[in-house]
Amino acid sequence: MLNTLTLSQVLKKLKNKEISHKELFADLGAATAAQNKKLNVFLTMNENAEIEAETALGKTLMGVPLAVKDNFCTQGIRTTASSTVLDTFIPPYDSTVSRKLKEAGAVIQGKTNMDAWAHGSSTETSQYGRTLNPRNPEYLPGGSSGGSAAAVAADMSIAAIGSETAGSIRQPSAWCGTVGLKPTYGRVSRYGVVAMASSTDSPGPITKTVEDATIVLNHIAGHDEYDATSSQTPIDNYTAALDQSIAGLKVGVIYMDIPGLAEVKSLFESQLKVFEELGAHVEYANAMDPNHAVGAYTVVQRAEVSSNLGRFTGVRYGEDRSYFGDEAKRRIMLGTYILSKGYSDQYYVMAQKVRTLFLQDFVQLFQKYDVLISLTSPGFAKKVGASEASAMFGELEDMLVEPSSITGLPGMNVPCYRDPKTNLYLGMNIMAPMWHESKMISVADAFEKHTNWNPWRNAEQK
Amino acid sequence: MKNQIPVSHIAQLANIPITKDEELRLESAFEETLTVVEKLQSIDVQDVEPTFQVTGLENVMREDIVDEKRMFSQEQALANARAQHDGFFVVPQVISQD
Amino acid sequence: MTAYELVCGMEVHAELKTKTKMFCGCKNDPFHATKPNIYTCPVCLGMPGGLPVANKTAIEWTIKLGLALNCKINVFSHFDRKNYFYPDLAKGYQISQYDQPFCYNGKLETEYGTVRIHRIHLEEDTAKLQHKTINGEKVSLIDFNRSSVPLIEIVTEPDLKSPEHAKAYGKALRQILRFLDIADCDMEQGGMRLEANISIRPIGTTELPSYKVEVKNINSFRFLEKAVSYEMKRQEIQLNKGVTPIQETRGWDDAKSETYSQRVKEDAEDYRYFPDPDLPPLRFTDEHINGWCAELPELPAALKARWSTDYAIDSKYAQVLSEEKETASWADQIFAAAAKQNVKPNAIANAIVNKKISAVVSDEVERVIVAFVALNQHERVDEAELTQIVSSVVSENADAVAQYKAGKVQVLGFLMGQVQKKIGKKVDVQIVKSALKNALK
Repeated sequence: MLNTLTLSQVLKKLKNKEISHKELFADLGAATAAQNKKLNVFLTMNENAEIEAETALGKTLMGVPLAVKDNFCTQGIRTTASSTVLDTFIPPYDSTVSRKLKEAGAVIQGKTNMDAWAHGSSTETSQYGRTLNPRNPEYLPGGSSGGSAAAVAADMSIAAIGSETAGSIRQPSAWCGTVGLKPTYGRVSRYGVVAMASSTDSPGPITKTVEDATIVLNHIAGHDEYDATSSQTPIDNYTAALDQSIAGLKVGVIYMDIPGLAEVKSLFESQLKVFEELGAHVEYANAMDPNHAVGAYTVVQRAEVSSNLGRFTGVRYGEDRSYFGDEAKRRIMLGTYILSKGYSDQYYVMAQKVRTLFLQDFVQLFQKYDVLISLTSPGFAKKVGASEASAMFGELEDMLVEPSSITGLPGMNVPCYRDPKTNLYLGMNIMAPMWHESKMISVADAFEKHTNWNPWRNAEQK
Repeated sequence: MKNQIPVSHIAQLANIPITKDEELRLESAFEETLTVVEKLQSIDVQDVEPTFQVTGLENVMREDIVDEKRMFSQEQALANARAQHDGFFVVPQVISQD
Repeated sequence: MTAYELVCGMEVHAELKTKTKMFCGCKNDPFHATKPNIYTCPVCLGMPGGLPVANKTAIEWTIKLGLALNCKINVFSHFDRKNYFYPDLAKGYQISQYDQPFCYNGKLETEYGTVRIHRIHLEEDTAKLQHKTINGEKVSLIDFNRSSVPLIEIVTEPDLKSPEHAKAYGKALRQILRFLDIADCDMEQGGMRLEANISIRPIGTTELPSYKVEVKNINSFRFLEKAVSYEMKRQEIQLNKGVTPIQETRGWDDAKSETYSQRVKEDAEDYRYFPDPDLPPLRFTDEHINGWCAELPELPAALKARWSTDYAIDSKYAQVLSEEKETASWADQIFAAAAKQNVKPNAIANAIVNKKISAVVSDEVERVIVAFVALNQHERVDEAELTQIVSSVVSENADAVAQYKAGKVQVLGFLMGQVQKKIGKKVDVQIVKSALKNALK
């Protein structure tokens, strides 16, 4: 079953001619056909994927198909951001990420479901129906990159691309039991990605293993002349950060005293000894209360969303604004209110000051620690329908990852526990200072290889 | 939340069409969000400068050279338009002039 | 009856003639595009995922204009989003500058007085809207060729004292923009747009009036003068009735020679300005600014002063010849060449301006000088013809001849004039003089 292979394995086997494109696409196609109707992972398939793969054999990514979240503009392939506003929108251009992947020889398998406009942490706000968690379909996959995480978790895809504004890569990765890597803000170009919160949006890979994430990151990271916020800081070779010793590394564990963690706290803590066994020094640390990040992030995000969604009027493309779903309308209106006369200083500027406080807090934490670790999500995946409980569902679920999102730090999720009764996963969030993805990759890789939680390293776990 | 959001005024500003029913539903959703947002006021930010950009980048500019490869043909530009006429996008006429 | 005085400020928008648009590399040439919507891209068309990157040349030109207008430069500056909805605004917001414009607190001198410049900032233009009826339906047609073209906005303090002052300011500003070669200012095409904020107050008072009327979409200096003049009268009538003019936006209807109401502004629009998160801020150093200062060309005021000092050019000729940059540069070369050849520059200026010689900017400098010299060249005269004319003048003016012989030498001038009249051509006076003297011996 070639669809259960990792990206690294597929690339090797294609190169050695152990497997062919035809076989690979056949197995992926079968997995998709069997599960997509129920799980609702893909919104649009690229009918030409297999043909395109034939011409890409000589290139680095060898024609491997990748699932791409539906907020990335893909030339000639419908892009909806899971909203009916864009039901018929076919972009005449490529996002930098999809262009770079295509240039490296990857092909686009299809576009995955998401929370509409990336507004959420459940994929329930999609106007094309929710996606279900492949580990247990009574549960949600998380969001907003729920479709991409589910595609990987269900072995419907070899690897996927997602985006994170505050948790949207890491949280669905945690809920679906995959690896999810959010790079430093500015590390990967945002050009061509439907903007949500411009000051925190970060495209990144959702994959089966840490190694796979580094392969994808190597191809999508880097400066882009079309994105004025993308950095000229030289990129590392991220695969070189694999298989590194973490002896002597200082690990700070944060956010352990958040109320409501209950049983997941001890489950998580039991995993920390792995780092000590590998020679790292593990210590609990005090970080600024992530609850403060919720307010700050909510304000900044909704304000920027309200402005970014102003272009959708149905004139040049798409449908008019009456097609916006409830969640989008709420967010646009709240953002408009926050920025309106008399309130901007009170809310928007205030939130940016709180952002500064978080930046300062991380600076002092990283003076003491090489990486910081926390739970990605305060619990396991929630049941279908859970997101309707609160207007603030998304932001509260993402509380633990919002501080690193609003400050632009890189963070990645690795599976760190599986509940045998529900088959649901817990995720560990590993954070590093800006531009130090390699540090967090080394730690994540070490954890993955010295535990049995990764389903693809230990086939019998699935 | 003491300050009620003037929902219909905001909807107009945001160019979002809403019904009377939606107006009522939105009011309670806003209340919940504002409660969370209001908590921001309790944080001490004296002498703290706002950070609008975490990158620290400055002076990012482009040279004044035409980028042929990114320009759309007229067909591409209009390909997704709801209505077009002689190469123009079409909208129902707006009354107010500016 | 109270006498009122004008309190007027102006906002001028000028499209910069950069090669590309403000935030993308699309061609900046909306006026000469052969078809609509052929210079667009994901950015200026406001597509999902489009991101702006600022045009360096547009920024430099804006600062140069500020330096030319004696402004202070904000060394730390950024762009803001101005959010509102209109079909010609692709993104639903315009990228502009709100609280940190590039330039502020400058001034421009005119013959009617100084005009203080409040601020100069850079923003992007909107698409072009055309209203039409198609198949019985009233529609607007949108062309995005102009969307995101760099637009510079210059705002004055309410220093304009008269319609003439406003016109003089507009013309002086346009001249500087053209001298800097940063904008063509073709007003008919909309390359330069004028807006006036007009109110009046009793003469002698100093407080700013409680209202102001904005008159927009004025696309000629003539209309500007007429509109300001009309508004002054209209507002005076209202005030004399005890009515405060409504704070509103008005347009100028030239056919009816009046302003008309377009939009009432109860309070300022809520544009929800915030710093554009897609564009990092700008920080200029003293080196930058000094460098740009050094690159400024000689501006009209300085040029005219130099012409006066170096070449003694009359101000009325200087005004005409310095109007356009190309003409000014050409005239400057002519003056320099003339001075070297001992030809009076001011005389040439006179000849050019009064069209005594036919000279255009494309004419080579030397040709112009040759033409001028030829103009004042004396014509030849046949010696026999001259002798004959001199004798007839002598015989016809016996009294004058007698006076001359009696010692009144100045009569010679009169006799010379008579000879010149009879000859009918411009002859060298020395030849005439010696011929006469000979005859009168």
